[in-house]
Amino acid sequence: MSEHYYNAKDLGKFGNIADFQKELAGKFFSYYDEVFKDSELSAREKSLIALAVAHSVQCPYCIDAYSADAFEKGWSEAQMMEAVHVACAIRGGASLVHGVQMMNKVKEIAM
Amino acid sequence: MKSLKAEHNILANANDQLEIIEHGISGDFSLVPFQQKLEQSNLFPLKPTQLETLQVNIGKMCNQICKHCHVDAGPDRKEIMTKETMMLCLDVLQKNPLLSTVDITGGAPEMNPNFRWFVEEISKLGKHIIVRCNLTIILANKKYHNLPGFYKDHIIEVVSSLPFYTQDRTDRQRGNGVFKNSIKALQMLNDAGYGKENSGFILNLVYNPAGAFLPPMQQALEKEYKQSLKQRHGIEFNNLFVMTNMPISRYLDYLLTTGNYEMYMEKLVNAYNSTAAAKVMCRNTISVGWDGYLYDCDFNQMLELKVNCQSKHIVDFCLEDLTKREINIGQHCYGCTAGPGSSCSGSVA
Repeated sequence: MSEHYYNAKDLGKFGNIADFQKELAGKFFSYYDEVFKDSELSAREKSLIALAVAHSVQCPYCIDAYSADAFEKGWSEAQMMEAVHVACAIRGGASLVHGVQMMNKVKEIAM
Repeated sequence: MKSLKAEHNILANANDQLEIIEHGISGDFSLVPFQQKLEQSNLFPLKPTQLETLQVNIGKMCNQICKHCHVDAGPDRKEIMTKETMMLCLDVLQKNPLLSTVDITGGAPEMNPNFRWFVEEISKLGKHIIVRCNLTIILANKKYHNLPGFYKDHIIEVVSSLPFYTQDRTDRQRGNGVFKNSIKALQMLNDAGYGKENSGFILNLVYNPAGAFLPPMQQALEKEYKQSLKQRHGIEFNNLFVMTNMPISRYLDYLLTTGNYEMYMEKLVNAYNSTAAAKVMCRNTISVGWDGYLYDCDFNQMLELKVNCQSKHIVDFCLEDLTKREINIGQHCYGCTAGPGSSCSGSVA
C-alpha cells in the first residue's frame, strides 16, 4: 500500500486500468471520448461542465485535468471560478433543501 | 523588460540553449529522442519535399517584447538585414521560379528601413508575399499608419498575432496595451478591405497559448474568434492559424522559471503525431537569417543550426543542393508535431 491515497502522476496512468479488464476499459474510454466531442454542446462547453462536476465530486485528478483543459479551451479564470460556484451552490443547496425534510419531521413530532 | 541577450541570460547562447532543451536545467532530464520518433514514422532522415517558400527574417528589432518570442526580439535588438543581403535574396527568387512564396518576418519586419523597397522588388517578380505584422507597429509611429494601404497595393497576405480575443490573455503575453492597439490596427486593416470575404485581401490571425499548455483545435477556436471579434469590435478576418509555442528562447525561459518545462515537454512528446511530422513546414521552406545564412526553419535559425549542406548562405543558394539535404532536428521539433501539428500556417494535420 502506498503512503498516499492520491498521486498526481497516477492521472497519466488512467489508461492502465485496461491491464486488469481490457474490454470494459475499452468501452468506457470509447464512450468517454464520444461524450466530449463537439455535438449539440461544443467540446468547449463540455469542458466547463466537466470542471464544475469535477469540483462537485471532488476528484483531484478531474480537477487537475479539467482546470487545464478548460483554460486551454479559452475559458477565463473568472468564468472557471463561476462554474465552481455553480457546483458549490448546487451542493450547498442540496444540503439545505433537506432542511425542509427536517422541518417536516420536527413539525410532525412537536407539540 | 529586456531581451534575453540584453540581460546576458544563458538562453541567449544557442549552444547552452540546445543543451537545456535536451537535458533540462538540472542536466538529468531526458525524453524519447525526436529522431527515434521520426524513425518509427519512417521519416528519418527528414528530407525536404519540394521547396516552395523562402521565409526571410529581415531583423530582430521589434516594438514589442513578447513573453513567448522565439526570436528574443525587441527594441534593443539591432540585427537588421542589409539592402545588399536583400538583393541576394531577390536574385535567388528571380532564378528559382519554384520559390513561389516569400514569407517576410522579424522582429517587426516593417522596422527594417528597406522593408518597403524589398516588398516592392519582390512584388515585381510576381511572388506571393506574406508579411508577419504584429499589428501594433501600424500605430507605433505616424510613418507606419499607411501600412494597410501599402500592403494592399502589393496584395500582401497579412498574418498577425492575436493570442486571444480578450484583453487579459493578449496583454499578459504581449505587454500592456497591446490588445487595445491590435484591435485598432485590425479595424484599420478592415477599413482598407483586409479580411473581408471575397475582397482578395487576406488577413489571417495567429493564436498561440498564453501559458504552459497546448492549443485547442483550430476550427473550433476560429469560430469563437470570429464571433467574438465581430460582436465586440466589428472585426473580420479570414483564417485563424493555431500555433504551438516552441520550447526555445523566451518561451523556454518562461517554462524554466515557472517550473513547467518538464511537464510541457512531456505533453509535446505524448502528443507526437506522425501525420503532422510528415507535413512539417521545414520540408517546403528555407529560412534566411538577417545576415543571409540559411536554416531549415525560423526556430533552427534562432538555435543557430545552419542547413546541413553546402548552400549555407544566400550567396551560395542552390535549390538542388538544399532539396537533397537532411533537415537538422532536435527535441524542440516536438513543438511542430504535437496533436494537429504546428506551422507558420497553423495546424497541418
